[in-house]
Amino acid sequence: MIKNIYNLGDAALYCDFGDTVNKETNLKVINYFNDIRKKNITGIKNIAPSYNKLIIYFDLELTNYKKIKDTVENLDISTFESAKTKIVKIPVCFDDEFALDLERVEKKVGLGKKEIVNQLISQKYFCYMTGFIAGMPFLGDIKEKIRLDRLETPRVKVPKGSVGITEQFCNIYTFESPGGWNIIGNSPKKIFTKDPTKLTLIDPGDEVEFFEISKKEYSKFNEQK
Amino acid sequence: MSKNSFKVLRPGINTTFQDLGRDNLYHVGLPFSGAIDKRNFLIANSLVTNREDDAVLEFAYQGPLLEFSGSQTSIVITGNVNFKIIKKDTSEIKGECYRTYNLNNKDCLDIISTEKSVYGYLSVKGGFQINKFCNSYSTTVRAEVGPNNGKKIEIGQTIILNAVDSAIEKSLEYLNSKIEFIRVIKGTNFDYFSEDSIKDFTSKDFIVSKLTDRMGMRLSGPKIKNLKKTNIKSEGLGKGVIQVPADGDPIVMLSDHGTIGGYPKIAVVISADYDKLAQCPPGEKIKFKIVNLTEAENLYKIYTMETKNIINKIR
Repeated sequence: MIKNIYNLGDAALYCDFGDTVNKETNLKVINYFNDIRKKNITGIKNIAPSYNKLIIYFDLELTNYKKIKDTVENLDISTFESAKTKIVKIPVCFDDEFALDLERVEKKVGLGKKEIVNQLISQKYFCYMTGFIAGMPFLGDIKEKIRLDRLETPRVKVPKGSVGITEQFCNIYTFESPGGWNIIGNSPKKIFTKDPTKLTLIDPGDEVEFFEISKKEYSKFNEQK
Repeated sequence: MSKNSFKVLRPGINTTFQDLGRDNLYHVGLPFSGAIDKRNFLIANSLVTNREDDAVLEFAYQGPLLEFSGSQTSIVITGNVNFKIIKKDTSEIKGECYRTYNLNNKDCLDIISTEKSVYGYLSVKGGFQINKFCNSYSTTVRAEVGPNNGKKIEIGQTIILNAVDSAIEKSLEYLNSKIEFIRVIKGTNFDYFSEDSIKDFTSKDFIVSKLTDRMGMRLSGPKIKNLKKTNIKSEGLGKGVIQVPADGDPIVMLSDHGTIGGYPKIAVVISADYDKLAQCPPGEKIKFKIVNLTEAENLYKIYTMETKNIINKIR
């Protein structure tokens, strides 16, 4: 399951699940994440799952690398329950006002706006991980027809709510932030809720569906908040 | 009787409530945050006999100007800080770090600046009247979470203090020392970089650039050449992780860092040296030295022991 374990500095364990980024590998990472969280292992302070890695942070005053490594290596993975997941529907407005990189995307992928939007909203996405900024979901995989690289020069400020695409992934900027993804829309939905019982709408392992809303519906949505 | 409070007459550049940090939310994108200089944070709370995990006000470069209202309170400032107390009758007392002062109604505390360092701490006996968010008083400004609605302290606002019964008088002889090297452990992508660049990384000076805040510290110096690839699959980061983007200038992740990143990791600052690195202001030169995991673990033991010894010297 875990291919290799290294130390990341003196207070974190770096678990490598292999080079490939796909749903199968990522689900293993998520299962490990859920299981370790449930076990409340002494000294573990934080766990960061990503596509194919799991980083476990511990308190150097209570434990150390060797102890946590032994614990993780000896986890009984046959008892892992798969994560409980849900489908989340996210409204997105693709109005020109929000589609900051539409022209670039059209040029690079050779499709018109309507087709790009259709490609994006015509399927469900798997949430590989959340983070970078609070609640930001890394979703995939988008259709090959609309894949392209990041911006050459990242934006200093990407507006809050922006929906972006890059390579095989799409995401939502849950806060204003620097960033280099190609922005083609904006969602009025509050993803990072700040409600301590349910901080984010989208968790790793969930499925996400986008549906298109007009600019009028977008403004109404904001009034409701 | 009205509550003890501070009125913010000047907020300072980056003044936030902080404590030991917030655990267990990395997977939703919230880093630890917390007081950057842990030792000075702990000393501040000890000097005013607070709990070690009480909230303090952390400030950077220029601190706040605060007017006290109420009966009386005891405060202390730690770090390398130039500050003064302006009494109600306009007489001034030059402040010394690591000793408590009693403030009376309408006294002002003017935290002018940190000197040859970045962060300083204000702790008040009894603490501040603020609420925890997910078990912590730390503010993460970028995600708008923590006390004060997740915001920096702003001009004109009132900060309510918890009631205290009696004033105290405590002090400590302490000087923040510098270290010759910032010690690091090899990162998970150490072998991505050229031999010459590794030599440069461990022998030449790097300068702390102005692009430095609670999220990260950008360094300039010899360019670090990547031989393999300049992007990796996005993965977790951590406090003290040193990433090298395509431009070859290292970035050290600090307490409010983004939780996911895609640049190769050349090294990680050891836990024992994190405070000292983060206190280096822009323009300061630093040198890195590689140690192994066992050495780093021992150095952290020494660091915690030293911190305890310092706190035990409080009189």
